[in-house]
Amino acid sequence: MSTTLTESRRPRKAIHRERRRPSRQAARRRNWVGGLAGWLWLVIVAVPLYWTLITSLKAQSRYYASNPLVPSGDPTLENYRLVIESDFLRYFVNSVVVTAGAVVPAVVFSFMAAYAIVRGWRMRVLRAMNGLFLTGLAIPLQATVIPVYLIIIRLHLYDNLLALILPSIAFAIPLSVLVLANFIRDVPNELFDSMRVDGATEWTTLWRLAAPLTRPAILTVTIFNALTIWNGFLLPLVLTQSPDRRTLPLALWTFQGQYGVNVPAVLAAVVLTTLPVLILYAFGRRQLLSGLTAGFSR
Amino acid sequence: MSSHTGHPPRRAPRSILPWLATPALVVFVGFAVLPLVGVFALSFTTWDGIGAIHPSGLTSWRAVLTDPGLPHALWVTFLVMAVSWAVQTPLSILLGTFMAGRQRYRAVLGVVYFIPLMLSSAAIAIAYKALLDPNFGLGAGLKIQALSQDWLGRPGLAFGVVIFIVSWQFIPFHSLIYQGGVQQIPKSLYEAAQLDGAGRIRQFFSITLPQLKYTIITSSTLMVVGSLTFFDLIFVLTEGGPGDATRVLALDMYKRGFQASLMGPASAIAVILVLVGLTLALLLRRLGGRDAGASQLEGA
Repeated sequence: MSTTLTESRRPRKAIHRERRRPSRQAARRRNWVGGLAGWLWLVIVAVPLYWTLITSLKAQSRYYASNPLVPSGDPTLENYRLVIESDFLRYFVNSVVVTAGAVVPAVVFSFMAAYAIVRGWRMRVLRAMNGLFLTGLAIPLQATVIPVYLIIIRLHLYDNLLALILPSIAFAIPLSVLVLANFIRDVPNELFDSMRVDGATEWTTLWRLAAPLTRPAILTVTIFNALTIWNGFLLPLVLTQSPDRRTLPLALWTFQGQYGVNVPAVLAAVVLTTLPVLILYAFGRRQLLSGLTAGFSR
Repeated sequence: MSSHTGHPPRRAPRSILPWLATPALVVFVGFAVLPLVGVFALSFTTWDGIGAIHPSGLTSWRAVLTDPGLPHALWVTFLVMAVSWAVQTPLSILLGTFMAGRQRYRAVLGVVYFIPLMLSSAAIAIAYKALLDPNFGLGAGLKIQALSQDWLGRPGLAFGVVIFIVSWQFIPFHSLIYQGGVQQIPKSLYEAAQLDGAGRIRQFFSITLPQLKYTIITSSTLMVVGSLTFFDLIFVLTEGGPGDATRVLALDMYKRGFQASLMGPASAIAVILVLVGLTLALLLRRLGGRDAGASQLEGA
């Protein structure tokens, strides 16, 4: 059976399988270097995570005496209680508000812009906008934090969660537009044409055709932005001041400053602030990872 | 049917398309472009961050450019960039090639590999700070001398720790990019090489590596431009210390602006940061003929 013949007849997925088959023979000769590096890396990644988790379950009094790599015989949730009592629920809510408040408009606006850029590529205005967004990719946006601070003060938004939301939307736009435009471009022109023949407006086409067809990309961009904003530190550090406006990463930092000597409690705070993301990771690992490499590995 | 005509003219005299792009444009201009212009403007002023802003000509620039702190910060920034690139790239290629294979347990490894990517730099820095504590950290607890050094208290060690943590966090991400790149290499190339009697190592250097050229450029661009933004990690981990051993440009900007209340000089540093970022991006694009994605758009 000639491979070229089968390949040309099969859809893409099948080609991948077909192409991989010969590698089974190759795999018999093991990739020792890669394998060794792979397992070694697993240890390097896992040990700090494991240590963090088991230490967060130790009583502070036991921490200094015990073997650091052996889990406590009687694990305690005392540290977690201390963290939660230190207002972390409020910080959690703040993080949710900022993340949701920024990601939704960021993705919607970016999608509309990406659609316009792809569909209106002939218009100079839109090509110029595209160029502007692309330049944003090359600029370390944190360099703009001083004027952002100034603008936020002038808008009387300092120490307000909106102060974190607005710049976060702006910072998310360049990459989102780039990735979404790449995917919208893959929608066959004929589909757009037939929508137009049916008398659909651009607005309808945007939501009825482009959005459903690029749903994986939208999800991907949403996840990537959510992760970036959820983990953001500089904006909350610079644009807020009151304890009750803190988001989780900033709260974590101040908590550490306060309870630095209570290592198990600090690590419990670390675990607790990462828990929501890890739960998401457990459920949507594939989406998350494709979200992280979106637009880069294509 | 008109769909048969292929590419009908897309002109629409009074199209709503530009309006669709307007919300994104407004926010982006308001909170990215305007601040970018603003940072240039502010670098010619004196401002303490609270009171009135006074134009002051080149005072800030003179202060910044004659301060030995600037070449030092530039040097540290460059070192972080270069060393973290040199450490991450070979390891990421190795791991990416490994992960592109198809043994079952690799998928299991993958699950753990990517956890660090999900964590905030603040969380990572805080966990490592506790872990590396010379008296109460992991090394001290295990009573291993070599591991219980004053990791964050000595300049060379602190720098090494920053590089290590950056690699710990980002190598998985770049391996993922390389994994994608490796999977796109046609298997026929390897079969041909095998017929020619090329060994594994030979195959890696004469097929895998050359075929990964664009992947390497993409990943390097992200590493290099990304290294300018290691603010969170270094700030929480060392605050630029000990001394100024890990004081990169972004940290220098923050400390001058928000801690020393010298927004003028801090803005000048920010301008330098922007220029460094732009220069690097242009340079890398030149090098590769395409960058992370711009060419895909331009080729439309």
